[in-house]
Amino acid sequence: MLYFARMAKEAQLQLLSRYENIELAEHVLVELAVDASFEEETLYWVGMALREAIANAIKHGNKLNPDKRVFIRMAIEGGGRLEIAVEDEGDGFDAAALADPTIPENILRESGRGIFYMRHFMDEVRFSPSGRGGTRVELVKSVLKGRST
Amino acid sequence: MKATIRTAGDVRIVDLDGKITIGGGDVQLRQLIEESLGAGQNKLLLNLKGVSHVDSAGIGEMVGCYTTVTRRGGRMKLENLPPKINDLLTVTQLITVFDVFDNEAEAVASFSK
Repeated sequence: MLYFARMAKEAQLQLLSRYENIELAEHVLVELAVDASFEEETLYWVGMALREAIANAIKHGNKLNPDKRVFIRMAIEGGGRLEIAVEDEGDGFDAAALADPTIPENILRESGRGIFYMRHFMDEVRFSPSGRGGTRVELVKSVLKGRST
Repeated sequence: MKATIRTAGDVRIVDLDGKITIGGGDVQLRQLIEESLGAGQNKLLLNLKGVSHVDSAGIGEMVGCYTTVTRRGGRMKLENLPPKINDLLTVTQLITVFDVFDNEAEAVASFSK
């Protein structure tokens, strides 16, 4: 299910837990960015953060259960502030328990970098319990040209 | 992801194109490396010139392939890193783990040292 209103610069999606749906969400982000003066570089990294958030929701939140959904809201607020929220229907998650993937004992681990990348490329990343019992992750980035990193 | 395999002496060069991301290229990459090792090819050079996107799953697979190859007595190196993939390896310190080359002849020659 997709709701997209370009005038409001907001999009809301409900996606089933399939990795191929990540592409759809990223496509919607690109559409949303059309009129919003995103730097190409910024859009690339925001797209990556979005992909990581949805992949986490599908894999770790919904445990690849294709009947569980991922809820996504993307909006460009006043002042060029892009806000993304991704919610899953899983059992919750403790972001504080994450290991630092850059320290020597973790550097060769095969997993554990997704949230690190989200935090690196976005201005703000917040985790909280969602109203559905799972996890909600909020990603924020200033996206006006000349204001982004 | 699309992969094309070439050889230069006893070095297997894998030209990768497209995305190495969760649910797609990440698994393919692992299979490619396993097949190479199974065929006795343990000097592997991944050419990332044509790769447009890598996510954390793709990076994780690259790390997993690197440790698998190393554990089995081989070596896996990278060439032609696109700037964004270079960024991803740099911020996670993985750039210090991989041998990375911009010149293929130098990369191939490095396996003989």
